Amino acid sequence: MLNQDMRDIIRRAKKYGWVLEPDAKRLLSLAGIPVPDFRWVATLPEALAAAEDIGYPVVAKIVSAAIVHKSEVNGVAVGLEDADALTDVFKGFSRLEGFAGVLLEPLVSGIELIIGAKIDYQFGPIILLGIGGTGVEIYQDTALRMAPLSDSDVSSMVESLMGAKLLKGYRGAEPIDMPALIGLVHHFSLLVMDLADCIDTIDLNPVKCTGTTCVVVDARIMLADAAIPIELM
Amino acid sequence: MDFTPLFHPKTIAVLGVSLTNDRHPANVIYNKIHLRYPVKVYPVNPRGGQFQRDRVYADIADIPATIDLAVVAARAEFVPDILERCIKSGVGGAVIISGGFAESGRADLQERLVALARTADFPFIGPNCLGIYAPTRFDTFFLPGERLVRPDPGPVAIVSQSGGVLVDQMVKFADQGVGLSLAVSIGNKALIRELDMLDYLSEDPATSVIAFYVEGFDKNEGRRFVQVAASVPKPIIVLKSGKSTEGRRAASSHTASLAGDHKVFSSVLAQHGIVEADNEFEMVSFCESLSCYRQKVLGRVGIITVSGGHGVLVTDICAARGLAVPQLSKDTRQKIQANLSASVQGIASLENPIDLTGSAREDDFVAAANGLSRAPEVDCVILLLLPYSPGISSDLGARLSHVFRREDKPLVAYVPHQEKYRMLIEGFELNNVPVSSSINGAVLMVEALRRCRTC
Repeated sequence: MLNQDMRDIIRRAKKYGWVLEPDAKRLLSLAGIPVPDFRWVATLPEALAAAEDIGYPVVAKIVSAAIVHKSEVNGVAVGLEDADALTDVFKGFSRLEGFAGVLLEPLVSGIELIIGAKIDYQFGPIILLGIGGTGVEIYQDTALRMAPLSDSDVSSMVESLMGAKLLKGYRGAEPIDMPALIGLVHHFSLLVMDLADCIDTIDLNPVKCTGTTCVVVDARIMLADAAIPIELM
Repeated sequence: MDFTPLFHPKTIAVLGVSLTNDRHPANVIYNKIHLRYPVKVYPVNPRGGQFQRDRVYADIADIPATIDLAVVAARAEFVPDILERCIKSGVGGAVIISGGFAESGRADLQERLVALARTADFPFIGPNCLGIYAPTRFDTFFLPGERLVRPDPGPVAIVSQSGGVLVDQMVKFADQGVGLSLAVSIGNKALIRELDMLDYLSEDPATSVIAFYVEGFDKNEGRRFVQVAASVPKPIIVLKSGKSTEGRRAASSHTASLAGDHKVFSSVLAQHGIVEADNEFEMVSFCESLSCYRQKVLGRVGIITVSGGHGVLVTDICAARGLAVPQLSKDTRQKIQANLSASVQGIASLENPIDLTGSAREDDFVAAANGLSRAPEVDCVILLLLPYSPGISSDLGARLSHVFRREDKPLVAYVPHQEKYRMLIEGFELNNVPVSSSINGAVLMVEALRRCRTC
């Protein structure tokens, strides 16, 4: 069930048609889905203090209702090593359209997955799991199931990926924390059921998995088009 | 809603019979029911009069019997009034053949039909459909009987949005010996839709395999369909068209772009244990196989052939579908070897595929089929029979079928020519062993058992 904080996040996002990344991560976190220890800062002094707190190197991302695709406007800076680097990036971001602050978080590593949702006309909420990263649409190594998912649905999704071997410790690499991944997908499926009436699609891309964690590094929640009545979508 | 009068009528009225045009769809339907089926049928036309020495009733209310099923083939604008009169006269249900509704811009007329029917709890099929084909009992197809290829009665029910696809599928069923319990063309599916048919057929004692040709579901209708299907204790096969149309708003989301409409359709069907056929040939093979067997197989195939080339071809097709053709154990090979005829013992190859060679006699086939049916390393057997080989007689089909009945391990056979080897094929099919006229089809029959949730 959505609590009041979660409903507020969706309500605030309606005027943009999508949920800003810090809000999306907060929503996921409220639903029990791991996200990095992020801060949403509005000024440079706040940014510098937050980065000290998180510990360098940090990742900085533009927060703007006008910018859905952050990397297309150079709105993502990875691996900032010190205050000088962060200051430069902050000043650059603050000149971008619709600047509404900066999201700061620690650098997360791991195997990249994509976890997504869409509301299908015929079948309603659908969950996607796939090998992520920039090649996601080239390799199309994905599995789809109708939500809500059972535990066996989640394991069969993992098994059906061509890249399943990568997740299980290919060529001596550490296998990913499979219970963490299964738990994440399971919580996500429940959240999507609760959000079914107000979303269009969700991309958690990438989700980074290591031997000990699975964390949602970027999240894009597109809301159902307010101009179109929900029953016609 | 009670569907019994629709699918088991004892009395039928055909509305719209023409007194002047004997090729009118209503006349074709009246004639075939009148002449060929054990059902009492009455012609109706508002002008009354005589049709072929029978009285034509001006109003359905004038018929001196309770009518179970009304077949309506009148112009669209008259149909709402006709339906209303049917309901008032206590008719049990209707098939509305007429077109000219939602498919040609008259959604309003169609909505009137639905409103009338819902209020009266009155079932109808259509409009814009061929209606019902119930082998040996009755049919409402406006296609002359001599033009139809008629499948035998059997356990497969098929429901199709398209009448043309349905009739074509029936031709293929008849050709491959797949028996029908019921075929229904639901047309515009204004009232009775796939989900209603699924409910009915899941309870129908004559039906043990349920097949659908689907063009598309309404909003969230697919969700309800798969949820119900997952609890039906009969295999369900779906052939979907319109695979090339993809989602609309792909640009803003990787998920939308990766989860195209057909990928979603296929994935969700598989998730719920529904067997999806990719084309009409798969549909036939899946229906035939699942109407014979309910054994779950993992897909470890034992193969018997008399031609090395066929063995390689079928192995390739199995591999492409992820079916295994496992090595046979020494024990299995020794047991088969011991039962082969002396002339074959020295030349047969007892690897999998087993190649009995052109010298094989019937006893050799039976020995190999027995051996594989008792071998734990395989869970189903494909027999590639090339009846040009002089050692094979027409009795072989029946003999090999007995192996299945004794050992309970599914056998499927490939026989290359339907007509020439009819008796051999019937020896299998009348004994409930499926036969395909293509190597690929034989592999598909195994694939169906692997995918079937209720097996």
